[in-house]
Amino acid sequence: MAENNRAVVKLKERFADAVLECKEFRGEITVTVRKEKILEVLKTLRDDLGFNFLTDLTAVDYLGSEPRFMVVYHLHSIAGKERIRVKAPVTEEACHIDSATALWNSANWLEREAFDLFGITFVNHPNLVRILLTDDWVGYPLRKDYPLQGPDREPYKGRLS
Amino acid sequence: MAASNEIMTLNMGPQHPSTHGVLRLVVELDGEVIQKITPHIGYLHRGIEKLSEHRTYHQTIPLTDRMDYLAPMSNNLGYVLAVEKLLGIEIPERAQAVRVIMTELTRLKSHLVWIACHALDIGAMTVFLYAFREREKVMDIYERVSGARMTSNYFRVGGLSRELPPGFEKDVQEVIDTFPGHFDTYEGLLTQNTIWKQRTIGNGVISAEDAIDWGITGPALRGSGVDTDARRDFPYSGYEKYQFAVPTGKNCDTYDRYKVRLIELRESVKIIDQALKSLKPGPILADAPQVCYPDKESVYNSIEGLIHHFKIASEGFPVPEGEVYQPLEAPKGELGYYIVSDGGNRPYRMRVRPPSFVNLGAIEKMAKGSMLADLVAIIGTLDIVLGEIDR
Repeated sequence: MAENNRAVVKLKERFADAVLECKEFRGEITVTVRKEKILEVLKTLRDDLGFNFLTDLTAVDYLGSEPRFMVVYHLHSIAGKERIRVKAPVTEEACHIDSATALWNSANWLEREAFDLFGITFVNHPNLVRILLTDDWVGYPLRKDYPLQGPDREPYKGRLS
Repeated sequence: MAASNEIMTLNMGPQHPSTHGVLRLVVELDGEVIQKITPHIGYLHRGIEKLSEHRTYHQTIPLTDRMDYLAPMSNNLGYVLAVEKLLGIEIPERAQAVRVIMTELTRLKSHLVWIACHALDIGAMTVFLYAFREREKVMDIYERVSGARMTSNYFRVGGLSRELPPGFEKDVQEVIDTFPGHFDTYEGLLTQNTIWKQRTIGNGVISAEDAIDWGITGPALRGSGVDTDARRDFPYSGYEKYQFAVPTGKNCDTYDRYKVRLIELRESVKIIDQALKSLKPGPILADAPQVCYPDKESVYNSIEGLIHHFKIASEGFPVPEGEVYQPLEAPKGELGYYIVSDGGNRPYRMRVRPPSFVNLGAIEKMAKGSMLADLVAIIGTLDIVLGEIDR
């Protein structure tokens, strides 16, 4: 179970007030933490628990629920052959979170992509500009309220309707 | 004259033969030395992650092989594995072995394009012609198995879309028997070649710490001496049953990455050999009727089978609520599929962790301070494919 995991125990002990939820599903551990503590949590995982590799950084838009966004980090311990997922909720009003570029350079492009497609600002990012879309693009396509066909076209009726 | 410390900005691509697709690099040069490099990507952005949120789980499979179009079946496999993990279904042994054979053939196919283009960029035309000749053999197998040379769409959630064609074993056996000799030819042309060595030794050096810091995966990471491979560390599709070595390099340069990939080619052939020997007749789809298509016999001959087929084709199948991340050792690095399900018949969110995208991000680090001509070798050694970077 998630509660017995070495990393989860350590995180709960050190960040008792910041850990919101620990979950295990299909053998994967997910820890949800407050976004204010995200850098400290990631740093602890990296330096003390061996999760030295930032595999992926992305976001999910849960439109309609509060907080709206979830920034998702996938960490990998190369030596320990373990993986862990860390999530941090971000609200629509305060749509920003500290940049992980302070810990990993790989976060640079991944955060730019999340900014480009979700409109989440990463504070202290060295070069937070759009990466896949053009600089003058309006809107954030991976948000759930962004229509599939684009904002100025007939709404998509779907292949399934 | 202050011309000696003047910085020249040079544009390279998006139409440039050695950028391997539509990659644009803005290079700031001091003489011939690269001071700063700014990649511009996104020319091939098709919004595959967004599209998949509007399609049933099966309808997304053909989108996945349009990402890394040099390794389509690896992309197919990562996606179906992630959905299967969400569903929690068991895949029959035969389907697993076929998946391993096909994805290892895919690795051969992808690495052959890498060695061909990489060598061509540095000036070795012969290897290009040889490698494309061999790649055609793999393409022929692809075509017989899936009906397409590149956009395979062969795997299904729960197994395979169809049984293997007659003569498959013979075709694959031919690959196993002949390919190691071809690899010897490439090595004979390159490994001790003075020009090749001068262009690759000491080129694009990135230490193990930096490679981890910049998120490099796959052969490029192993070339820097980091011993990791998702096939061995997080086995999927029955990889734990096969014996294979994970090569690593020492000098962290383009030459070591070249050697790592060549050993990987040989190890892939060994895996294919083992998988082919273990291939036994049996079902190719999981025993999960709510997810898998019924066999054609019952679709054509019974009303229940027809309704069953129609339901799965039209409205798909519900997937339990939850989220999974499925890592996979694709030819270019760690390919990951992160799928969030809300319990419906379409992914709530599908995220692809593209190896080429993250690897290309490290070019800023690798190319800084090297000569402009070496940049071509660095792009080649990263083995990027723009379809996957832009998605």
